[in-house]
Amino acid sequence: MKFAVKALSSGKARAGVVHLGSCPSSIETPCLLLSTRKGLPIFISPDLLSSLPSPDSNLLQFSPLHFSEGPSPKTISSIGGLHQMVGLHEYGFAAVARDSIQCLPECGSTNKTGASFETPCGRRLIKPVEYMEMITSMKPNLWATLADEVPAWANNKRNKTSVDRTVKWLDECIARSPAGGAVFGSIVGGSNIEERKRCAQEVAVRNVSGYWIGGFGLGESMEERPSLLNAVTDNLPKDWPRMICGLGLPEEVLQGVAAGVDLFDSAYIYHLTIGGFALTFPLDRTEKIDYNYQLSDQGSDRTKINLRATVYRKDATPIVEDCCCYTCQNHTKAYINHLLNVHEMLAQILLEIHNTHHYLGFFRSIREAIKEGCFEQFQKKFVQSRREHLAADVVSV
Amino acid sequence: MALRFEVLGRFNRARAAQLTLPHFACQTPLFMPVGTQGTIKGLTTDQLEEIGCQIILGNTYHLALRPTSELIDELGGLHKFMNWPRALLTDSGGFQMVSLLHLADITEKGVTFQSPVDGKPMLLTPEESIQIQNRIGADIIMALDDVVRTTITGPRIEEAMYRTLRWVDRCIAAHKRPHEQNLFGIVQGGLDPVLRDICVRGLVDRNLPGYAIGGLAGGEDKDSFWRVVAQCTAALPEDKPRYVMGVGYPLDIVVCSALGADMYDCVYPTRTARFGTALVPEGVLKLKHNAMVNDTRPIDPTCACMVCKNYTRAYIHCLVTKDAMGSQLLSYHNLYYMLQLSRNLHSSIVEGRFPEFVCDFLQKMFPKGDVPEWVCNAMDVAGIDISSCCSS
Repeated sequence: MKFAVKALSSGKARAGVVHLGSCPSSIETPCLLLSTRKGLPIFISPDLLSSLPSPDSNLLQFSPLHFSEGPSPKTISSIGGLHQMVGLHEYGFAAVARDSIQCLPECGSTNKTGASFETPCGRRLIKPVEYMEMITSMKPNLWATLADEVPAWANNKRNKTSVDRTVKWLDECIARSPAGGAVFGSIVGGSNIEERKRCAQEVAVRNVSGYWIGGFGLGESMEERPSLLNAVTDNLPKDWPRMICGLGLPEEVLQGVAAGVDLFDSAYIYHLTIGGFALTFPLDRTEKIDYNYQLSDQGSDRTKINLRATVYRKDATPIVEDCCCYTCQNHTKAYINHLLNVHEMLAQILLEIHNTHHYLGFFRSIREAIKEGCFEQFQKKFVQSRREHLAADVVSV
Repeated sequence: MALRFEVLGRFNRARAAQLTLPHFACQTPLFMPVGTQGTIKGLTTDQLEEIGCQIILGNTYHLALRPTSELIDELGGLHKFMNWPRALLTDSGGFQMVSLLHLADITEKGVTFQSPVDGKPMLLTPEESIQIQNRIGADIIMALDDVVRTTITGPRIEEAMYRTLRWVDRCIAAHKRPHEQNLFGIVQGGLDPVLRDICVRGLVDRNLPGYAIGGLAGGEDKDSFWRVVAQCTAALPEDKPRYVMGVGYPLDIVVCSALGADMYDCVYPTRTARFGTALVPEGVLKLKHNAMVNDTRPIDPTCACMVCKNYTRAYIHCLVTKDAMGSQLLSYHNLYYMLQLSRNLHSSIVEGRFPEFVCDFLQKMFPKGDVPEWVCNAMDVAGIDISSCCSS
């Protein structure tokens, strides 16, 4: 894996380029890792994946725990690794034990031997040895070391233990590191600035190719998050990439970018999709805020629409007028509304395609803003415009 | 009449043809996937085109409930609504009425039932069925028939057959778009050859664009099944398509094609996919089975579909019944299998190697030579020598 920072904006936000062996093109950062279940998107089948913008959509994230009920590491090895097993040879895979959708850290059951996760197969305790066995068989392009993540309300003692444990497991994982595959050292520390700093400093001196920032999206508030993020990134070398888990919403992603994070996973697309929502927030950075906007009923705002709403029953227009995703090029809101009403899987497939496409567009806007040196304004304006419609609504009542 | 049917090749009773419909020129024999609610479960229209799907079947009953035929009409018809550029067929709604609704009752007027939406009494008449199908806009529409299961005996079967003929006249009269939509009549009559014969002759007299053989695929024994198909295909006109409704299993399709049928539909390939079962030349492969956990072979090494080219049984096993993707990938493969079977039937007849194809098919499915007796009897009538596949 190769990574380089190409541009900075507002001090810490950076635009960079990451190159992974299996991907034919380099991928620009900040970038989004697409969520998968067992290596494939949750709804978008592999032959439809290529309709998403490339190379933006070529980075996928999975958890080795997805395979806790098979196939075995031995079988996966004999197939040739994850890329081979899921037929996505020109994609990049990032392995992280936690995925914010279905492998959620269960710190109450984590102990000194391993990290515990709530998964669809029940609660699983995974030890560094087992974790590394899976990583070795799957051969992801990059992988995070096993971490002990605690929620924001964990007490100081538990939090401190999580840092000590995470660093210890980091060393154990590195010791068993397979050849090939970039190791990202995991950094935790909960909502304690000092512990965050301590952990970052410990990991910064380890022999890793990048950093995975864990423990976010577990209860910390929007207000306290920036200082916690900075406590980590201020203590990391600038030349290595930083990946984070748990910052899903656009505003949260912007906080991460502002603190100098490069790679993001997100459960946002999944939750939107299963809720029947489609993203519509403007991607055009020059758009003026429209105070005369009429809010349509039933859960629609300027950021997304709820396609279950009856107002879309006969709407023969695409979700977003000039969106060039497969869904908007081929189908109407009326059709998707019908599919949702009759509980057809095609609804989720079409929504995941559109939402992914749209969110990748958001990341592109972020990169453009950084390259133009105006990231701070971009962040301010974005956050402000998303709150404006609520203010306008209050005023109009 | 809004179709052209041109036979391109024959072997005894079997025929390969081009069926030109308003939206697409199809090659028969063909299999129609069932897209009950305006979609094939889990597949996009692009994927369906990719695997060679020619016609999709839509269910009038389901679509009339949601989103309603009026809405579909207002938005330009079902083709436009679901963005399917090829052909569509809608059934009459009668079968779902009878099979899905416990309190359905059939009278001369039509099918009376309780609306599943609000419990109100409702009536589906032949006229109403045709009006709904006119609004949906499919290339082929089906007459409302009085369908009776073949497992029933007694005077009800005769009553249903004659009523079907009376209803077809009402359907013809109600049909507002005969130059864009082809109305097919459905042969009923249970397992009684006399009744079936009367029904065939009655329908042929009405000079419809095509004919379906109904009332089968409902639990009757296989020997009765093929005999009814054989009788009907022998009596139906040569120059019009013949559609065996609700069929089915690959073996049944091969036999019916040998006997001279052209079109088929069934939920089986997609439904069985959602239960983790794949269609293969040997029969079926149950991907849920523990034996698949570490099996690194593809589902079917002879299959050229995206799923068999890229995935192992082990990987599909870990997906099936747990993740939506498992259903999608297996549905994709199973439909590909059925459509490839259709293509093979068509090309083997056109290229003069139909008997070889049938023998090869049977040998793969019955490697020990234990071809069922009903298949042997049917192939005998079809004039196809399968002695090389049979051990006895």
